[in-house]
Amino acid sequence: MIIMLGNAFFIALREIRRNLTRAFLTVLGVIIGVSAVVTMVTLGDGTTQAVKNQISDLGSNLMMVRPGSGFGPRARTAGVPNFTEADVDAIRDQVAGVAAIAPVRKASLSTIYLQAARNTQITGSTEDYFSINKWTLSAGRFFSESESRTGQAVAVIGDTVKTELFGSEDPLGQKIRVGQASLQVIGVLKAKGQAGMGDQDDTIVVPLTTMQRRLGGRTSGRDISEISISAEEGYDSDTLISDISSLLRQRRNLQSNQDDDFNVFDTRQIAETLSSSTELMTMLLSAVAAVSLLVGGIGIMNIMLVSVTERTREIGIRLAIGATAKEVLWQFLVEALTLSCVGGIVGIGLAFAFCSLLAPLIQIPFAFNAQINLIAFFFSALVGIVFGFAPARRASRLDPIDALRHE
Amino acid sequence: MKNLEPVLIELKDLTKTYGNGDAAFQALKGIDLKIAKGEFVSIMGPSGSGKSTLMNLLGCLDRPTSGSYLYDGIAVENLDSVQLSLLRRFALGFIFQGFNLLARTSAIENVELPLLYRGIKRAKRKEMARDALAQVGLHDKERNTPAELSGGQQQRVAIARAIVTNPSTLFADEPTGNLDTETTGEIMDLLTRLNDDRGITILMVTHEDDVAAYAKRTVRVIDGLVYTDSIHSELTAL
Repeated sequence: MIIMLGNAFFIALREIRRNLTRAFLTVLGVIIGVSAVVTMVTLGDGTTQAVKNQISDLGSNLMMVRPGSGFGPRARTAGVPNFTEADVDAIRDQVAGVAAIAPVRKASLSTIYLQAARNTQITGSTEDYFSINKWTLSAGRFFSESESRTGQAVAVIGDTVKTELFGSEDPLGQKIRVGQASLQVIGVLKAKGQAGMGDQDDTIVVPLTTMQRRLGGRTSGRDISEISISAEEGYDSDTLISDISSLLRQRRNLQSNQDDDFNVFDTRQIAETLSSSTELMTMLLSAVAAVSLLVGGIGIMNIMLVSVTERTREIGIRLAIGATAKEVLWQFLVEALTLSCVGGIVGIGLAFAFCSLLAPLIQIPFAFNAQINLIAFFFSALVGIVFGFAPARRASRLDPIDALRHE
Repeated sequence: MKNLEPVLIELKDLTKTYGNGDAAFQALKGIDLKIAKGEFVSIMGPSGSGKSTLMNLLGCLDRPTSGSYLYDGIAVENLDSVQLSLLRRFALGFIFQGFNLLARTSAIENVELPLLYRGIKRAKRKEMARDALAQVGLHDKERNTPAELSGGQQQRVAIARAIVTNPSTLFADEPTGNLDTETTGEIMDLLTRLNDDRGITILMVTHEDDVAAYAKRTVRVIDGLVYTDSIHSELTAL
């Protein structure tokens, strides 16, 4: 038995060496299938992971109120009125469970320092904005309550803005021109990093009053485009959401038959929406990858079927000179196994290389998924074995003479 | 005088039927035949006479429907397919009309093939294969693949592959069917020499009289029965 297996190995390897083109094409099918599936699924997992990391950075008790109905891609915001500062005060005073609240006004303005210029998202808010959104400093300080209230010409800049405008220079105390105003940089925010929602560090935060008075564009009291809220620790967020909603409905004079024209959501909802879309993407990628696995399998099948006449004759020769059907079958099994395993291993190696190259490029973590590696490997190995082995099995059952005459 | 040699092959009322029911076709209808060690027998007959079927049965490639077949005292009709394989491996050699060499495989590796299944060590294998190639006059072509050899040379490689195991019987199925007259002569001389010098029993199917003439005995099969059985030396003596 051992001698027979050793022999089968020897003969199978000799046969592979002799038919390198056929062997290469078979292996190629497995490689393409395995590497495609593993790469796609790994990158999909990485994306999901990246989104999850980002959401956990936001903290669990953050809430946001925005005008318009719907959230994400289905949002309708056109023609829906913004909030007022009075709305913010009302929520702070009348709703239980609110730990901190900050009005937010956003505008995209040109920002200039010496020769460097760029368009940046300007956020006008109060000093609480930083703690609610979990911003920390890498240098300098946040603006104070009195600076905020009196509308001082100060700005806290994001990491990207610092790099783009100042390079290696120390920005603290420098004056930058934002829109029509000149603001002094008092703090630099610690980088939060890239994420599915864009570059969070490309931002400048100024006091809301400063924005309203110095950066212009204020046409009415309804200039609050977003309200950031942090809930009290352990407070039920559903209760909080419904309390805020009913207060705002009342303040916005909505009749009971009208839908909300604003949205209150917490990080859990953001997380669910984002995860469901990344999971959908992973599923799509997996489907595409499954197709390539299938195509690879069909490639293997074709090569095996094309060579079946030659192989049937080979089997006839081997049987005629005294090989037993079992020995011939072992040879073919070993051949199919060897090719499939080599293809599988190369495929996994290739996928590993692709992923470690692509993951940093699209800024997602490289999440090695052992399960998908195994599934892809065994699936293509199975295809290789079945299609390499089935014709051999049929041929070994023929009389040697019939096998020799096979056309 | 041939009868003095011990009997190697003995067929008694051998039949072979293909298919069953209405579609059944009886290719052999009761063959009785004795072949002694060291004989060179040609089996002749028109197409459909059953000569190829007889050859396959004699070569242990197929099993009879009924009757008995003793090869060197072994009742072949009782063997299973593994035992038939082993009998072929250790006692029989085959050459075919279509040569049936492995493609893209060098001459020496083709000749080595039967030795692989016998589990012979590499060095010994190479030596035996070289020896067999030298016997068929191809010692300088060991590295050539079938595509690089002429028809006659390919058939010689096939003969080397058949004799490398020192078989007691060599079965040749239309060995010169694909060859021209001159090459036919060379191959037949080679077979005659193997029969004379090494005492290998040769059974050869052919439909050409001048090829059959190289053999020392001719068995004619017609309609699944032995029609004539003549020993050439007696024929010429008559």
